[in-house]
Amino acid sequence: MWDTIIDVIAGTFMILGCMMSLAAGIGMLRFPDLLSRLHAATKPQVLGLLLLLSALALELRSWSVVPVLILAWLLQLLTAPISAHMVGRAGYRTRHLKRETLVTDELAAVVAAAGEREDHENVTKPSTDRTDFID
Amino acid sequence: MHIVLWICGVMLSIAGALAIIRLAKGPSILERVIATDVLLLIVSAALCIEMTVNRHIDNLIFVLLAAIVGFVGSVTVSRFVTDRRNA
Amino acid sequence: MSQDQRLNDAKDEQGTPQHATLRQELPLLVGMMLVWGALWQDFAPGNLVFGLLISLLLVRVFRLPPVILSGRFNILRAIGFIGIFLWDVVRASFEVMYLAIFRGPRTTSAVVAVELRTESDLLVTFVGHVLTLVPGSYIVEVDRRTSTLYLHVLNVNSTQDAEKARAAVLKIEERLIRIMGTKEELAALATEKSSVSKEEG
Repeated sequence: MWDTIIDVIAGTFMILGCMMSLAAGIGMLRFPDLLSRLHAATKPQVLGLLLLLSALALELRSWSVVPVLILAWLLQLLTAPISAHMVGRAGYRTRHLKRETLVTDELAAVVAAAGEREDHENVTKPSTDRTDFID
Repeated sequence: MHIVLWICGVMLSIAGALAIIRLAKGPSILERVIATDVLLLIVSAALCIEMTVNRHIDNLIFVLLAAIVGFVGSVTVSRFVTDRRNA
Repeated sequence: MSQDQRLNDAKDEQGTPQHATLRQELPLLVGMMLVWGALWQDFAPGNLVFGLLISLLLVRVFRLPPVILSGRFNILRAIGFIGIFLWDVVRASFEVMYLAIFRGPRTTSAVVAVELRTESDLLVTFVGHVLTLVPGSYIVEVDRRTSTLYLHVLNVNSTQDAEKARAAVLKIEERLIRIMGTKEELAALATEKSSVSKEEG
């Protein structure tokens, strides 16, 4: 009786976890620009892994694996935002974004001001501000 | 359990295929990096499911490794991209 | 921010680099010890002591600038926060899934600047981390001098939506201050609340 209930819960978690991976795949393909695609890549995966690891713990029916599973999930929690931030920052700076999908951009003015200041400081330096180098 | 396994397998295969399409299409290196990240996470999801079905945790280290490889890879590449621009 | 910058910031007025004291490192040491136990799947006292020794050695060999903690930690609020956080993660994940499937290429977003109240690096990092994990937003850029976060927010269709996102960020910051902010930050929060309620009333 209890075995069946636990199995059903674990199965549901597994399907939901896979759905999160699928959502990431669909989002990767369908979102308009790099910065929105990052959302699809990072967010559903955190929940997806949590669900799959919980399903694993449920099926093993043992408490001793729980700490190491939590550790695996915490590692994901720590690293996912950092890589999202690094890729997002690089993407914004190299202008891999579609302006028309942004409703407001409160960073643009700040970046423009900083760029101007830099230009005044080294006037003789030729501009290396190319953005199309890596496509 | 058998049906669940099939559903999960199909969903993960589709997700993997979509990630590979994005990996091929690009258009920029950053997109390829996040597509690789997604692909790695799909692989670790598959490893988790295998562990759940066969009731062991031998693959957990590979799940952790996939997370670390994805992290180091995307951070390195995005550093490289910004550095090229500022150089 | 490069590592040199962090090490420079950790110097005192005379320019001698500051190292973390044992007391400041205690949370880190305990955390490392628990990780050791989890990896061995064995929380027996002997194993934990050995883990503690290894973490002490690691902390001594690879010195880091101190992480300044506020000295307060409200565990009840922390547990509540974890609950809210998990719920937010679930909601946000389904939201992103919905957007990916039904909205797709027509999804609009925004880059929003949010100036935080706190000046502590640790809290700014925490807010940034939680934000990146939770509802459709992640950090594009951080201005450390003014503690301003520049967020990329998904599914923003109007300036009202952007304002809503800003309010949500400040709410998360408020919760984190209540968990682990300094007394000064708590007091600032209280005065802010009372002035708001006076304006309303």
